Amino acid sequence: MTGKDSIEIEKIDDYRFRIPKTGKMRTDGIVYANEKMLEDIKEDQSLIQVSNVAWLPGIVGNSLAMPDIHWGYGFPIGGVAAFDIKEGVVSPGGVGYDINCGVRLLRSNLGRSDIKGKIDALVDTLFVNIPSGVGSHRKDLGLSREKEKKVLLKGAKWAVEQGYGTEKDLEYIEERGCIPHANPEFVSERAIQRGKNQLGTLGSGNHFVEIGSVSEIYDLDLARALGLEEGQVTIIIHTGSRGLGHQVCDDYIKTMLKASAKYGFELPDKQLCCAPVNSEEGRRYLSAMACAANFAFANRQIITHWVRETLEHVLKMGPKDLQLDLIYDVCHNIAKIEEHQVEGKKKKLCIHRKGATRAFPPNHPELPRDYRLAGQPVLIPGDMGRYSYVMVGTEGALKETFGSSCHGAGRLMSRRQAIKAAKGRAIIRELKDRGVTVRSAAKSTIVEEMPDAYKDVADVVEVVHSAGIGRRVAQLRPMGVIKG
Amino acid sequence: MKKYELINHTADLGVEIYGRDLKELFQNAGEALFEILCDPSEVGDSVQRRLVVVGDDLEQLMVVWLGELLFLHETEGLLFKRFEVEEVEDTRLKATVHGERFKEGHHTIKAEVKAVTYHQIQVRHKGSGWISRVIFDL
Repeated sequence: MTGKDSIEIEKIDDYRFRIPKTGKMRTDGIVYANEKMLEDIKEDQSLIQVSNVAWLPGIVGNSLAMPDIHWGYGFPIGGVAAFDIKEGVVSPGGVGYDINCGVRLLRSNLGRSDIKGKIDALVDTLFVNIPSGVGSHRKDLGLSREKEKKVLLKGAKWAVEQGYGTEKDLEYIEERGCIPHANPEFVSERAIQRGKNQLGTLGSGNHFVEIGSVSEIYDLDLARALGLEEGQVTIIIHTGSRGLGHQVCDDYIKTMLKASAKYGFELPDKQLCCAPVNSEEGRRYLSAMACAANFAFANRQIITHWVRETLEHVLKMGPKDLQLDLIYDVCHNIAKIEEHQVEGKKKKLCIHRKGATRAFPPNHPELPRDYRLAGQPVLIPGDMGRYSYVMVGTEGALKETFGSSCHGAGRLMSRRQAIKAAKGRAIIRELKDRGVTVRSAAKSTIVEEMPDAYKDVADVVEVVHSAGIGRRVAQLRPMGVIKG
Repeated sequence: MKKYELINHTADLGVEIYGRDLKELFQNAGEALFEILCDPSEVGDSVQRRLVVVGDDLEQLMVVWLGELLFLHETEGLLFKRFEVEEVEDTRLKATVHGERFKEGHHTIKAEVKAVTYHQIQVRHKGSGWISRVIFDL
């Protein structure tokens, strides 16, 4: 069984395209993009993946793709799909290996000029303080099996209890940094083992810590509500659940391959294997996934603490003067049980967001009180040379995309193409000339992650903003980056 | 005969692996994984591990085999350079693998592989030999 080789796609309006329901698809696919971006999207197999997701039982609404869509495994990256919790399924391939990979943004009291001559020192010290690369971890964070299970249950709250950050931080994390239905009993010994030395580590690939500053404000009131102003220094942290999450996904794909056969599901790709949300296999996966998500929340919380320590040390300033407050922390690889309006009725759904961010509108009960009028912050990192964006969620997103928006720039080139394109170029030097200092543990990372390998995130954000599934608030430009 | 070839995949990395028989196919798959991860010419062979892995079919066996090597790499910091596959049946593989522990400054890590995926996984006959396609999540 395979999906289709070529895909029919029709224009709905300037920012929406439809893949009509054909063959075994249960619903249409909807892709958010403009015509120019669609040409790039057509180059890989991601549109076939949008149509493949539409095969899955109990899908509600459409199989959706955000404008940063690119070819993933199973679900496309940038994919959003909702399933009825009674008749629908949950799929580990719809979340991905890096469960609760996500982004957090910190504000500060610093202006760009306060750190201008100190970027190299900051980057070097961050690189020492935040482990990245094979086998590196902080010796001061020993994790016994019992402690690790507490991390899986409590998430960021565990980290705060251990002195990493403050109680106030928790207010500004999606789910307050802890998904409640976590049960470590459903996490394998192998996953526990892989997680043991990886809490408080960045990991490699596209994960990073970035020091930057606010370069443009698009909406002054919204920016103020989030605590952002022009020229202000900001920090972005992008990482996830590390080996623990990868192993949870791997373990449950095996479970779901068996389950898919048991329930008689016809799948166009093994990676889409799944089980009913309301089944033993489905419930176990969601409990184990919650554990991995909590591990990721704790991971970002611990790294945040080390970022704060690093800035205090290098700039010789106290926490009160720096005010490195958490603006928000979002997940972009996750499945959540949420209530949404479907054809005028409230319905409980299992929302898969794989390379997509929750984007709840103003007045949503899930939001921190301070953001009730502004909406949920949506954090969209771009490549390391250009810029990142802060947006907020909208009513449009809640109506059309189950409260979801984009998550990043999306790759344009494969890693091989990037290496080819970088031949004979000194990427670190090029970035330095653009005013960005970069350090990385793996040699190839900087080349594979060079700016040209990514789509221009401004195009992605433009589509999201114009389609009304997010609202642009501010642009941030990088000054110093550590990559895994 | 070529052991494997990298295939373009936008976000991740795909490999097409070849072998005259199943033993060679699985050996070459191990080599491909560690040539993506590190530079095996820098790796010695002081550490050995005997492995038995099982899967429901050859395709799952391929994912589980590579997944096991990745697990040892991540939890024990091992880099492997030589893969002696002693037996392969449809659902079971026995092998001895040789390598050494990662040492900072001595070994170059080229990439971190997060996982071996089932996306478009293939293990099948081609001509008189075998071919497999595996996509890694990087």
